Order: sequence, then C-alpha cells, then structure tokens
Amino acid sequence: MENIITIDEQMIPFKTGQTIMDAAMEAGVYIPHLCHNPEFEPHGSCRVCVVKVNGRMMSSCTTKATAGQKIENNTPELQENRRCLTQMLFVEGNHVCPGCEKSGNCQLQAVAYYTEMLSPRFQHFYPYRELDPTHPDVIIDFNRCILCELCVRASRDIDQKNIFAMSGRGIKAHLIINSPTGKLGDTDLNVNDKAVQVCPVGAIIKRKQGYMNPIGERFYDQAPIDEMGDIAEPHAGAKHHD
Amino acid sequence: MTKKLKVATASLAGCFGCHMSILDIDEKLIPLSELIEFDRCPITDVKKIGKCDIGIIEGGVCNAENVHVLKEFRENCTILIAMGACAINGGVPALRNHYSLKDCLEESYLNGIGLENAQIPNDPEIPLLLNKVHPLHEVVTIDYFLPGCPPSADAIWTFLNELLSGEAIKLPYQALHFD
Amino acid sequence: MDVIELQAILAKEQHHPHYLLQMLRLVQEKENYISPQVMSFFAEKLNIPLTKVQGVVDFYSLLNTTPRDYHILFSNNIIEQLQGKEQLMKQLMSKLGVELGKVRADNRVCIDNTSCIGMSDQGISVLVNGLTITNLDEQRISEMVDLIEKKIPVSQWNAQWFEVKDNIQRKDQLLSTDFIAGSVLDKMKNNTADQIMEILKVAGIRGCGGAGFPLDSKWDFCRQTPADERFVVCDADEGEPGTFKDRILFQSYADLVFEGMTICAKIIGAKQGFLYLRGEYRYLLDSLEKILEKRRDQNLLGTAILGDSNFDFEIKIFMGAGAYICGAETALIESLHGNRGVPRRRLPYPVHQGYNKKPTVVNNVETFCLAVKALQMGGETFAKLGTEQSHGTKLLSISGDCKKPGIYEFQYGVSVREVLESCGADISNIQMVQNSGPAGNSLSPEDFDRKIAFEDVSTTGSIMIFNKDKDLLEVIQNFANFFVHESCGFCTPCRVGTSIIKNLVNKVRKGRGSNVDLKEMQDLSILIRNAAHCGLGMTATNHISDTLKKFPQIYKERLHNSESLHPTFDLDAALEDARQITHRQDAAAHLSA
Repeated sequence: MENIITIDEQMIPFKTGQTIMDAAMEAGVYIPHLCHNPEFEPHGSCRVCVVKVNGRMMSSCTTKATAGQKIENNTPELQENRRCLTQMLFVEGNHVCPGCEKSGNCQLQAVAYYTEMLSPRFQHFYPYRELDPTHPDVIIDFNRCILCELCVRASRDIDQKNIFAMSGRGIKAHLIINSPTGKLGDTDLNVNDKAVQVCPVGAIIKRKQGYMNPIGERFYDQAPIDEMGDIAEPHAGAKHHD
Repeated sequence: MTKKLKVATASLAGCFGCHMSILDIDEKLIPLSELIEFDRCPITDVKKIGKCDIGIIEGGVCNAENVHVLKEFRENCTILIAMGACAINGGVPALRNHYSLKDCLEESYLNGIGLENAQIPNDPEIPLLLNKVHPLHEVVTIDYFLPGCPPSADAIWTFLNELLSGEAIKLPYQALHFD
Repeated sequence: MDVIELQAILAKEQHHPHYLLQMLRLVQEKENYISPQVMSFFAEKLNIPLTKVQGVVDFYSLLNTTPRDYHILFSNNIIEQLQGKEQLMKQLMSKLGVELGKVRADNRVCIDNTSCIGMSDQGISVLVNGLTITNLDEQRISEMVDLIEKKIPVSQWNAQWFEVKDNIQRKDQLLSTDFIAGSVLDKMKNNTADQIMEILKVAGIRGCGGAGFPLDSKWDFCRQTPADERFVVCDADEGEPGTFKDRILFQSYADLVFEGMTICAKIIGAKQGFLYLRGEYRYLLDSLEKILEKRRDQNLLGTAILGDSNFDFEIKIFMGAGAYICGAETALIESLHGNRGVPRRRLPYPVHQGYNKKPTVVNNVETFCLAVKALQMGGETFAKLGTEQSHGTKLLSISGDCKKPGIYEFQYGVSVREVLESCGADISNIQMVQNSGPAGNSLSPEDFDRKIAFEDVSTTGSIMIFNKDKDLLEVIQNFANFFVHESCGFCTPCRVGTSIIKNLVNKVRKGRGSNVDLKEMQDLSILIRNAAHCGLGMTATNHISDTLKKFPQIYKERLHNSESLHPTFDLDAALEDARQITHRQDAAAHLSA
C-alpha cells in the first residue's frame, strides 16, 4: 500500500519525508515525547518516543516513515521503557514538584503521569546546580533542566541569538549561556523570545507568572497529556477526538 | 467477620502533612476502621510496632532514628508503603543534600541571626543526622508508592480500599499527582 | 599566551572553524590549559559563539581550563589497575602533595585518571603533558617527583621513559609484508576504479572497526552517490580499552595506512583525506607528519599523483583530544567539523552525507592496510586467507594474564584457545577473557573452542585475559566507570543509565546489594541497549548482561543476606560527618547494616 504505516494496528497515512512522529501527530496518535517539538528539527535525545518499528526499537521523531512499517507504540513493554526513561530524568536532576511553579503545566510530570510513574525507582543523584536569577524577566533553574535542547534550537534557529548551548560530557553535560559572565542577565534574551516559550519543564520560567492557576485548574490537571498535548503548543501531538 | 488488618504509620523526615491527609478521610474513616486497626501510629500513640499487615511511612530518612524506625517497619510489616513526596524522593528536606551537613548545621546553630550561646547540639538523646536525606527505597524494599504532597484524602482512601480488597491499584488520573 | 602566538595558530589552521579543536589542542600543548581569554579570542576570530568554544573545550577530556605546569594522566585501563596503577598513583600524589583531579595550590601539577591510552602491554603508563611514558615503577615515580619539584621541562626528561615498543609477537600476511611506499599505487596506476574495485570485491574485506561492514560496498556506496566532492577518513581514534594495534601500524607500517587511504581516494574520487588520530597518540604525530612529507616528495600525495593529472589527494592529520565516542564514525565526523563529538542520527549514512555533508568513507586503520595487502597479493589469494565469511587476517592486542602480551596477527578462524596458547596464557587458570573491550563480550572457558571470525567471536582486536585470582567485579566496575566517563551525554538512557549501572555495581561490590539489584541491572542493560541513540550506548551494558549470565556467582556471593534491607549507601559511614561535628561516639552515634 502507498504511504501508509500502521501504529498499533491503526492505519496512518504519511507524506513522503515525514517522520513516524510527524505522521502520528498529524493523525492524532499520541507518542510520548519530551525533546520533540514539531516546530524544530528532530533531535532524538530524550528517547521517550522510542517505538518498535518492524520489531526494532527506533525513536519515532528521527525515523522516517516508510510504506508498510508496522509500528508498536502503546504496548506494556514500551510504556515500561518510557517510564524508566522518565524515572532516569527525575533522579538525574532535582525535580521537587511540590515547590515548582511549573507543576501542573510540566511535560516531564505529565509524561510521568501518563506512564504511571509512582516512584523514582533509582537512587537520586541530587546534583548541585545553580539557579540564575540575573535576568529581569526570566529565571533559569538548572535543577530542572532535562537537556532537551529546545531552547538551544529555538534561540539558534528562530531567535537567531545563540543564547544557549551544551557543554560538558556524559552525566556532566549541562546547558550554558552565551554571555561574558555566563549569566542570563548579560544576554539580550527577551521574554518574548521563542527560547523562553519552548521549555517543556520548569527550567526556563517567566517571572511574575508562577501559580497563575490554582491546583485543579492547571493545564495537565484537566486531562492526561495524550489528550492535552504539549504545553508549548497545546494540543500538538495529542490524540484527536471524533 | 474476617480479622481486622493491622496497620502501622509513622512520619520520618516529613511534615505530618500526609498524616493530616489521612485524618482528612473524615467520616469514611469509620467504615475503614471496620477493616483495619491501628498499631503503632501517631493516632494511637503506640510507640513500639508489633507484627502488622500494612506499614505506611511518610517522610524520608534523615537521621539514625529514622533508619531504626524504617528497619522495624520493614521487619514487622508484610506490606510497606511509601506515602508522599518526601518518602518517595526526599522532598523538601532533601534540598539540604546540595550542601554539606557541616554547612547546614553551622548556618542553623552557629551563624544564624539572633543566636545566643550558639552551639551545635550534641546531646546523645538527639538522633545524629545522616550526611544526606534519602528516600525510603534507598534503604529498604518498598512495596507500594503513593505520591502527592500530600496525597489527597480521596487518593489515600481509594488506595487503601483497593489494597484491602486485593484489586490491582489504579488511581483515577486526578488522584495521581506529585504535588 | 600572547596574541602573536594565537595568530600563528590561527594561520596554521587556516582560520577555519572546522579546525577549532586543532587550535585548542595546540594551545593546550603549549600551555597545558586553555584560558577564558583564549576561548574568547577564537570565538571572535572564527566568528562563532563563545559557548561553542566552551562546549568543545568541556567535551574533550584532554583539554583543561585552569593552569598547571604538569598535567599527569594515569591510564585507567583495568589491566594496569590490576598491575598496581592505583598504588603508584597514590605514591605520586602523596609525594607531590596533591589530591586526585585537583591542581596543586602553586599551579605546579595536577594528577588524574584518563581512559586507556593504548599501552596495556607496556606496564603502567601515563600521559605527561600529552606525551606517553610507559613502564612506570616506584623508581620512575621518585625521579618524576624530583623533576617536577625542580620544574624540569618534560622535553628534558629521560628519553628512555618515552619508549613505546611495538611488541609484535606473531606476524602473519599483513605484518610480514615487505612494503615499499607507492608500490601498490604504482601497480594500480593503469587500472580504472572499477577494475580496482573488482579486486577488492573478490578479496571480500570486512571493516575492522567492529561492525564488519564489507569494504567494497562502503566504497561503492560512496563513489556512486552523486556529488562534487568526496572525502576519505581514517578512523584512528582507537579507544577501546585494551587495544593498541593502530599504535603498531603507525609506528612501523604507516605507509600501508596512507597508501590505503590514497587508493580509496583514487577509487571514490576524493581530493581530501583526514587521519583522525586519537589525542593519546600525540607522540606519533611528528613521525607521521614526516612520512606524509616524504610521500609528498615521492609524488604519492599532492597534485597529479604518480603523474596522473586527474589524481590529486592530500591527507591532513586531525588530532582528537580524549573522547572514546569519536571512534564512532558520525561522532568522528562531528569532531572533524570542530564540534562536540556527539553522534549524528543513524541516517543519512556518511557514505551519502558525511564530512561537509558530502559522501565520505570512514574506515579503520587496519581496514585500509588490508585493502593495500589485498591489492598487493591479489583478490583471490587474499580471499583464501581466513574463513569463508571472514577473509584475511586480524590483529589482536593481547594483554593481561599471559607471558607475552603484545600484537598477534592471526588468520580469521583461529580458535580462542590457540590464541591463548600462543601468548603463553595459563589456560586452566583463566577465569574470563574480555573480547573487544568493555563494549564487547565476556568469554568464559566454555567459549575457548569458538573461532575468531565475524560469524563467531567477532572482535575489534582487544583481548584482555583475567585469571582466577582476579576479582571480576573489580573488572566490571572498571568497565562501568569507563562508560560513565565516555558517554557523550546526549541521550537519556546512556547519560543517566550508565551512572545508575555504575552505582549498582558498586553497591553489589560493597556487599549491600540484593537480588532486586541484580534484576535491576539486567533490566537496565536491556533498556539501555534498546533505547540508546548510538552504538556506544547500545553496547555500554554488554559487560553487565554477559557477566550476569556467564558468571552469576561473582555477583551472588557478594549479596547482602537480607532481601528487604539493602541500603544504597553505607549507613554507618553516613553518620561520620555528624559524629565529627558533634564529637559523639556513643552507641547511638553508630548504625549497623
């Protein structure tokens, strides 16, 4: 058959050049993801979107759709993988949900709920990371960064400012800021920059906007992420309703 | 009528918020009490745990006494439940993990504002602090985790009912939250 | 470093942003560190963000950001560890009064670990200011302390210390080659690319880097991809702990390598080649440059090679700077662009879009040599070597418990047992043989009658032998630590998972583990293999799953006797800080496990 893939038995059409994630998003089939945002070049680092393509594990955001692919997505095995990867992200940083203004609007937390993560499972790393409050309108809290590089991509490709970049290696990999002091306050970041809008977690947050909605009325309080979609682009990637 | 299940609870490095949430179950505690009876628990004020079917622990492990209590619970309870954010990931008390114990104690007892005769307490009655705060699962095997800060009364009630009935535990979406 | 010197470095590297890592390496070589001023200088002159420079400096482990006169890196190879590297390192640290990884207050010296530097057959080895010293012993440590305290430049240290022996123990077809530079180029002079490819097809060479991809297919894919430019890259980032074959090939057979690259260039139509040499082999650089110069003089490189006006080819040596991941071909290509060595997505393949997004052949050092050998002896003769599916010979780097560590060349099809016999291992006393480094597989005595070949025991050539007196969990811990150090950090499972595995191994080793932890190690091994972005991650837990399966007892005998109490940390030690602060030593000030 021409340009059709099947995801969990469902036939999904795709256009030549689209990735499995593109096709799924367009068809309203939710594949969990954290580093992917359809506005940017696929990245493939979080690995939460790994699906089984003809029996082989592949990240759906970087794998091109080709006719006839049989894809497993919402299976116990893959959900377990995704839960495990989410748990890894939780123990790697310092994600203190009760004290985070992004709670309820956070994609990491929402994917954790979606994959029924109840515990962090592993030993916590509790790394020491700084918070950078030097910018008048934006705070960056490295404790919550999951290294999705969406801000890096947004600042480079859309804002054309190259404010964020990656440094370090392995478990010491971290985000750095392009200014003589390395501080956000010494960059030309504007609160309306794309880079400020795309953070899926509470790492880059706007000042004076925390706790705008009470518990129970926040974005992911309403429904699970497979219905709500991404926080940066509400309903992108969510499943469609008839 | 079947024998009531014995339940013990304790708060370690927590704020007792989770226990408040248990109390928030309110009138539904009455039917629940048909099924369970409390052993060691702040409600009964029993200090020493006996053989129990279920142990519920709030808070993480921050000192030597916490380790003893947790060990006793593990040894005496068939099922051990970590309840609330602190028991599960250390929560707010674990924020001190980014600093050395020495810095924390000096800040609190030596360099804080308005201290007189400042000294770090060293009375043998006071449990010694561990150099880091740990979630429960880093010390003993935990059978169930119930997240929330605190978990709502409804969540706790649903959780306990499903556990007692032997069903697979499945909280409704709104009842599962980390904050 | 003054501006004139920096300008000279810029000029030497053609002001090209792709050569940023080369520039930084030159600064490191001269000053032992890269200052913020230097980083700003390159950012400005190359017109790239400062963070790009910082990100590169911070990625490659042989680059430093704080000053020191002497930078000493001990090879963290398990073989050297078992020979007493830790003790020698501690001696040196205590005599110099330094802590691991910390620069001495007077900025004189810093001592740290680095991943295997390719000397595991040469005793305990170190890199001092980037240069290799082998066969360290207490005597050399004492003398070294003296030299450092007197601030004698490394160039004036005892030349004997810097000797690296070839250590060839067994030669077969490749190493017994009597090769005259240019002879194969000359032999092939009047052959078309198709004709040469025909010989290589018959020869049936498979890549020696690990994957065993057929050489002729790779070269065909590359030359058949329409493009105005193509590139040849020789991957000499041999970082697999326990391997050192490239070292020998460059020390004594470099012309074979360069000839192979040049033949490849002729076939695919490349004008530029790169030799990506691992930073740890800095000591080879000058002699290799000389050989390249000689080849230029002989018209074997440069324009109109051997008088063929359509055949221009140059080779640039590109130095790595301490990153195992750059042995992965797409990470290597990123590194060639002056970037952090983060592997690209699986597709497109480098033969379609590699360096500068142009079709690029990336082959292992040994593979290029085999191509030359096949052309020299003829495809059919070459194809008769080895087994049906694995033609030719393989260089094995053997180290560990055997009488004669070194390089052994065997035809494919040799049994593991024959290999072990020839190097003088005490076979009845062997516990485990680690093949292909930590990412490879762990062989138990039951595997010794298997054959070294792609269809059976496939190998990159690293063979490390461990006798029964060795603590295999110490070996496994070393391997687990290696992957934590070498993960690039891009994808979640490898970045975080390798650290979790390392902690779990440590927990079991310290006697605090339970069956739950073993199950966790098993499950995580599978998850990381399935979910990782690149080959490093996919193989980073092989040593765990292999040893859990083949040597379960080494784990089981270390488990804590309680299934429910299994702290991730030492309970009593966790009270030590508090005991010191409060000066308490009463019974309640202690915890038992």
